[in-house]
Amino acid sequence: MASAAPQRERTLIAIIGDEDSVTGMLLAGIGHIDSKQKPNFLVVDSKTPLPKIEETFEEFTKRRDIAIILINQHVADDIRGQIDAHQAAFPTILEIPSKDHPYDPAKAHQI
Amino acid sequence: MSGTGPKFSIFPTRMALTGMKNRLKGANTGHSLLKRKSEALTRRFREILKKIDEAKRKMGKVLQVASFSYAEVKYSTGDIGYQIRESAKIAQLKVKANTENVSGVMLPTFDMVIDGQNCKCHTKASPFELTGLGRGGQQVQKCKDTYQKAVQVLVELASLQTAFVILDEVIKVTNRRVNAIEHVIIPKIENTIKFITSELDEQDREEFFRLKKVQGKKKDRMELERARVAAASASASQQASGAGPANLLSQYEQDPDIIF
Repeated sequence: MASAAPQRERTLIAIIGDEDSVTGMLLAGIGHIDSKQKPNFLVVDSKTPLPKIEETFEEFTKRRDIAIILINQHVADDIRGQIDAHQAAFPTILEIPSKDHPYDPAKAHQI
Repeated sequence: MSGTGPKFSIFPTRMALTGMKNRLKGANTGHSLLKRKSEALTRRFREILKKIDEAKRKMGKVLQVASFSYAEVKYSTGDIGYQIRESAKIAQLKVKANTENVSGVMLPTFDMVIDGQNCKCHTKASPFELTGLGRGGQQVQKCKDTYQKAVQVLVELASLQTAFVILDEVIKVTNRRVNAIEHVIIPKIENTIKFITSELDEQDREEFFRLKKVQGKKKDRMELERARVAAASASASQQASGAGPANLLSQYEQDPDIIF
């Protein structure tokens, strides 16, 4: 397993989701824009291209300061392959229900 | 018996036998320890699974409440999404990773940490303090609290999930080890021990047979010797007794008698 030190640096929660979910989470205070002007959130709507989501997800999984990635389930379904391919324990990927789409706990990838 | 199944290529000596016996003992101890570890981990695993199930249900409810409160905000304040997204600068709500030790496995647990939680202290003011100043400020505050609670649940769930993934991996590895010891290493050592014992027995039998043979040979030789001695003495005595008084000079009488 990874040593304790890199885990300590992971303090952020990232979110990929629809506008309402992201706004709510940002209101709670998880939003962070780092020194390179990279945000830790992505708003996905019907116009967001799939490559953009994939790219952002990839970037979040590579970043060393993110501990948890929250992702709306309907977005997760779009990049299911990528999520299933993510085997590492860190960052943890958590699928959350969104307002407009019913949540199916059985579909969440780990369980 | 010996020769069946894999075994260590080792010279069958008594020293090797002792070594193998020690290894067998070690392997048995290791096996029982690992088995216990695996059981403890599995128990933990079940607990986590149960907790995850609960947390998922809870998450659904909490997020539902949060969505409602956001809808209230939207109703009373109008769309503040852009404003909020623009004003996000530095994360207030962070997680801190701690580790928990479960029979030698480090499981990470996340704790939610809020920087500058009390908005009364103005040194670290919330970036959304002025959001909804005109109207609906109360709703915004309420929504914020609700979402913070939701994040709390999500963080819990995330740490459970991480623990789940790690435990899963560790349990697999441990079970593999247990099985390897049980089905490969122990039989191998047992085979080797059998091989060495049978080989040593064989050597013993050979040695015994050799000794017997040597003894037999020695006996034979002694008998022969005795027979020879007996024969010699017998012939000597026969010579002495059978031919009457021997002519002591006979051996010197090589010359024919001289007749005048």
